[in-house]
Amino acid sequence: MLEVDRITTRYGAITALHDASLSVSAGELVAVVGPNGAGKTTLLNTVAGLLRPATGRIRFEGNDVTGAEPARLVRSGLALVPEHRRLFKDLTVDENLRLAGCTVKSPERRRRLEEASELFPVLRAKWTTSAGYLSGGEAQQLAIARALMSNPRLLLLDEPTLGLAPTMVDVVFELLARLREQGRTMLVVEQNATRALRLADRGYLLRSGRVVTTGTGADLAADTGLFDSFIGTEAAPQR
Amino acid sequence: MTKLLQSIVDGLGVGSTYALLALGISVIFGVMHLVNFAHGELITIGAYASYFFFLHGGSWWWMPLIIIGSAVLGSVVMELVAFRWVRHASPFTLLLTSFALERLSHALWQIFVSPKQRAFPKPSWVFNQFKIADISFEVMDVVTIAVTGVTLALTAVMFKRTLFGISVRGAAEDFDAARLMGVRANRVISGAFAYAGFLAGIAACLIVMRSPAAEPSMGADWLLKAVIAAVIGGLGSFTGAVVGGLVLGLLETLTRVYLPDIAEGWDKFSTAVVFILIAAFFVIRPEGVFKVTHAERV
Repeated sequence: MLEVDRITTRYGAITALHDASLSVSAGELVAVVGPNGAGKTTLLNTVAGLLRPATGRIRFEGNDVTGAEPARLVRSGLALVPEHRRLFKDLTVDENLRLAGCTVKSPERRRRLEEASELFPVLRAKWTTSAGYLSGGEAQQLAIARALMSNPRLLLLDEPTLGLAPTMVDVVFELLARLREQGRTMLVVEQNATRALRLADRGYLLRSGRVVTTGTGADLAADTGLFDSFIGTEAAPQR
Repeated sequence: MTKLLQSIVDGLGVGSTYALLALGISVIFGVMHLVNFAHGELITIGAYASYFFFLHGGSWWWMPLIIIGSAVLGSVVMELVAFRWVRHASPFTLLLTSFALERLSHALWQIFVSPKQRAFPKPSWVFNQFKIADISFEVMDVVTIAVTGVTLALTAVMFKRTLFGISVRGAAEDFDAARLMGVRANRVISGAFAYAGFLAGIAACLIVMRSPAAEPSMGADWLLKAVIAAVIGGLGSFTGAVVGGLVLGLLETLTRVYLPDIAEGWDKFSTAVVFILIAAFFVIRPEGVFKVTHAERV
């Protein structure tokens, strides 16, 4: 479904990703883990079209989408839940979701709003509240609900549990498991490395902008040496 | 008391025109982080459009349509031919581009029409007056306040209810996040310019109804006041722009009327006094009435 072929992304003179390659097949949940500054967010932002790679190609469902506008990528079935959620804080929950449904016509948008309110009961209760007043857990659920409004075939999630209380981390992981059961294809960057890898079909370990190893989620999660060498205890707190 | 009430109505009349222009400036600032110093040129475009329309036998019935249409077109073209190409450049480059457009507009009118003022007839009812409880009101003041009130109410509904309005608010808060939701950058920016042009067109109608004449530099004074109004309200805040416009209009009128009559022509200093008061306000509250913390650049 997604093929990232040797992409290099730079911020001015700084190279954040070097020749990084990965792939995601339909129905898979793929986790990307690594220490801070490894280039995980850069990778997702490049795939989602926020950054343009200096070299390399990105293909989505067989089409070359390298450097495509984010709005075009959303319409072709790829959505990103960005790091720190980036909700529109002055907009209500309803407005955040309606804005995210801008890719479809009005009746379909209404149907998806109903779906979102069913899938996220916590949001239903806060429908007319400004997103800036939501708790961390509610805000993260809104961020995911917002990305689902375009009904993406591939959902990218950047640090979905960042800054959340432990109970809310559980809620988000349960939600990911549920989305996976529904057959949603996902590429997840996550600080909770072990937990993400246990849930994932496959995983990639990124360090200093390079993919250093890849394997099944279970194998990578069980490889304690790998964590100590490349990620460090900070990134694998829940073993 | 009568004098005060009349001054307030006068002030709201002028202030509403500032509010319409300031709101347009704030909308553009929201989506592009650009203070568009060429925004006042939309008034000039509207005024010349009405001049040419009159020259070819047009009547005041169709004038609003001509003025608003030309201002919308002018605003969209401005974005298309100039700002789109420097959208990702530094704020300084954007600012310089707006200055260049403003100068270019002056030069073009001077070369192709005339550096002199071109007048045309005003509607007959503009300076008619009517009285309510011994207070006399100018029809144009009431028309200005009513038209602005309706326009702002419709604008509020548009921003709250329509997908375009929500997209503009979202894009003003975090443009990249809006793009990630599928909002097309070109469409929302063009739409914002068109809407700002629409607001400037309404302001231009109100201005040329009072002073039916077109001249190359007529937009400059209005622009300065509108930018100040937008900054008073908190640049990027839509509500703030309206509040800023009304406050500026009221301040101008009240200082002109109530400044002590110590010398002949003293009222000419009213604008300077207003600017000093505004400067003092910014010392106390540099971010304006409404603080805007977001407004990411595209």
